[in-house]
Amino acid sequence: MTETGIQSAHIHERTEEIFKKPQLQEAYRSSTLRLYTHRLQAIGEVPGFEALRDRARALKREVIEHLDEYLAQFADNVERSGGKVHWAETGDDVCRIVREIAQQAGVKEFVKSKTMVGEEVELNHALEAAGIRGVETDLGELIIQLAGDRPAHIVAPAIHKTRQDVSDLFVEHLHAERTTEPERLTAIARRALREAFARAEMGVSGANFAVAETGTIVLVENEGNIRLCTTSPRVHVALVGIEKLIPRFEDLAVFLRLLGRSGTGQKLTVYTSLLTGPRRAGEDGPDEMHVVLVDNGRTAALADEKMREALYCIRCGACLNACPVYRKIGGHAYGWVYSGPIGALITPQFNGIGVARELPFASSLCGACREVCPVRINIPDLLLHLRAEAQNQASPAPSGGSPRGERVSMRLWAWAMKRPRIYSLGGRLARWGQKFYARQGWIRKLPLFPMSRWTEGRDFPALAPQTFRERWKKLT
Amino acid sequence: MTTSKPRVAFFVTCLGDQFFPEVGECAVRVLRRMGAEVLFNPAQTCCGQPAFNTGYRDEAREVAARMLDLFDDADYVVTPSGSCSTMVRVFYPELFAHDPARLEKAQQLRGRFYEFSEFLVKVLKVEDVGASFPHRVTYHDSCHLLRELGIAEEPRRLIRAVRGIELVEMQDFRLCCGFGGTFSVKFPEVSVAMGEDKVRAAVEAGAEYLVANDSGCLMHLAGVIHRRGLPVKTMHLAQLLAQTEEAADPRLAAPAIEASRP
Repeated sequence: MTETGIQSAHIHERTEEIFKKPQLQEAYRSSTLRLYTHRLQAIGEVPGFEALRDRARALKREVIEHLDEYLAQFADNVERSGGKVHWAETGDDVCRIVREIAQQAGVKEFVKSKTMVGEEVELNHALEAAGIRGVETDLGELIIQLAGDRPAHIVAPAIHKTRQDVSDLFVEHLHAERTTEPERLTAIARRALREAFARAEMGVSGANFAVAETGTIVLVENEGNIRLCTTSPRVHVALVGIEKLIPRFEDLAVFLRLLGRSGTGQKLTVYTSLLTGPRRAGEDGPDEMHVVLVDNGRTAALADEKMREALYCIRCGACLNACPVYRKIGGHAYGWVYSGPIGALITPQFNGIGVARELPFASSLCGACREVCPVRINIPDLLLHLRAEAQNQASPAPSGGSPRGERVSMRLWAWAMKRPRIYSLGGRLARWGQKFYARQGWIRKLPLFPMSRWTEGRDFPALAPQTFRERWKKLT
Repeated sequence: MTTSKPRVAFFVTCLGDQFFPEVGECAVRVLRRMGAEVLFNPAQTCCGQPAFNTGYRDEAREVAARMLDLFDDADYVVTPSGSCSTMVRVFYPELFAHDPARLEKAQQLRGRFYEFSEFLVKVLKVEDVGASFPHRVTYHDSCHLLRELGIAEEPRRLIRAVRGIELVEMQDFRLCCGFGGTFSVKFPEVSVAMGEDKVRAAVEAGAEYLVANDSGCLMHLAGVIHRRGLPVKTMHLAQLLAQTEEAADPRLAAPAIEASRP
């Protein structure tokens, strides 16, 4: 059974767990490093890439600052082209809407392409409960569906799975012959998926972009399964987070040049589908096209003038690949479907800081994420804001310790730092105290939490025998 | 060229004051050697960063507010820390955004607040500070210095101008060392693992010394090195630049952490 809900409170246990699995850490390290390197090569080939990022940021800012207007324009244009628009405030609403569409169309099984919103609202579970079975058709998503896992990465959901893992899953669930050759594994998945495509009467997709000017849904992919999901079944349902809008059709030129390069280092993904309404007479395509516009916490993020910047995200995954913390702890430690730096941001933003108060602290604030973000989201700065929000809540201090311990010690610290004599006295007391712990200038085990955690894996330097201020007199 | 000496207020940082006074001393020596008049106000303590980074903004603001008044008599404020410079220059304006009087003071302070290597290269316009250090070193870009202040070239130029030195770059030299302030104790296993990667990269580059401009990064890395007994030493850039052919003070010829240990 796949994990559900928001499990971000377990980040510390999960971090400990992954440190017992060096192979898993190595899988994350090598895969993210590969994607990171590919990105660097790909952006090097584009003159004016930095200007392109500025342009994309300005466009996203424009949309987010006037989201109500762009949403209305987009919805009008979807309806005008023959599509049906649904508004979903919560994840439950999304599931209910899709279930009703399926039931009205008499659908028992549907094919699904990779959609993070679908993961977010746990669509497969909800529909399965109503007797409607969804088959994931993205290879990575299929693998994690069979494994009963959650996506471990925004663009590479099965980044944590080895060939051997995939082989085992295919043998068990698809009754396939045992092989670890990527080509043969792909062929096995393809065979199983073709059957599902042939049976399915509904296809569910996400959306990479939604063009307000034309009511067009834009989807990028490498496998071709999205194109099949959205064109072959009778009914197409697109789940669209309300932040996915871009103003004009021509703006796609900016975003498509950024997305592939930032995410996987591709100039362009293999397939780019532009879908405007259901099929017209004499054309192929679905009879019905439904667009579900999803809030599910996004308007809460929008309400904060500063924090709404997180909604610029185009889900390229570059920040995960660049993040030294993600590389160590992996995707599942973050406890929800979005992981890495952007996950640490939007998980508390969409769901409330109370359920994910540890996440903003799971960062060394190094800024590597901001450096690669195609829309230049100032992730470290926003994480700092969330830390302040977390501390303003009257619940236990993040990252362990007694509930009020950290706050009390910070108050005490501030009190001392405002008084140079108390500060100096504190230093003298600590110098006296460290006699019992320090050996040759180093402390191997510090007594007090949280500093005791420092010496779990490294030594701590003893305080210098004399402070700078004491030595200053001799310097002059 | 100005004829009068620039008046430089030295901000040693709380970590520098309590743990690494030799770093401060070396920075002061180099600044004086380069013609600055160095002042030290003993009323200084901390810039407030530990509280700010942990989300305690009220506490950070109280501590930061003191800093605004401490350096009024100087032309410049110089500190041997990229991350304390970032606190003052990037985060003070944010911290005092709703306090117009303090915001103005913060903006005023920010305009003359410099990180040590940046001050030497940009303000004093020197690269060769007359240092000599015939060793192979590698330079670690601490994240605040690199990504918040955009200072990567200045320290390297200073290092390259040192006589007898060989500067080698590490694999992934832009990667965080894992210190991250309170991150180091909130996620210690991750912090240490990142530190191990950094130290390994320095060793693999064949460096004898791992040089950086932030005592936080250095104490974390030195702690990893000391626990594991690894064959590389940490050193603050100020200590490196203080080394001269006639360095009389044996403490200054020794690397960062060990230097102050009896």
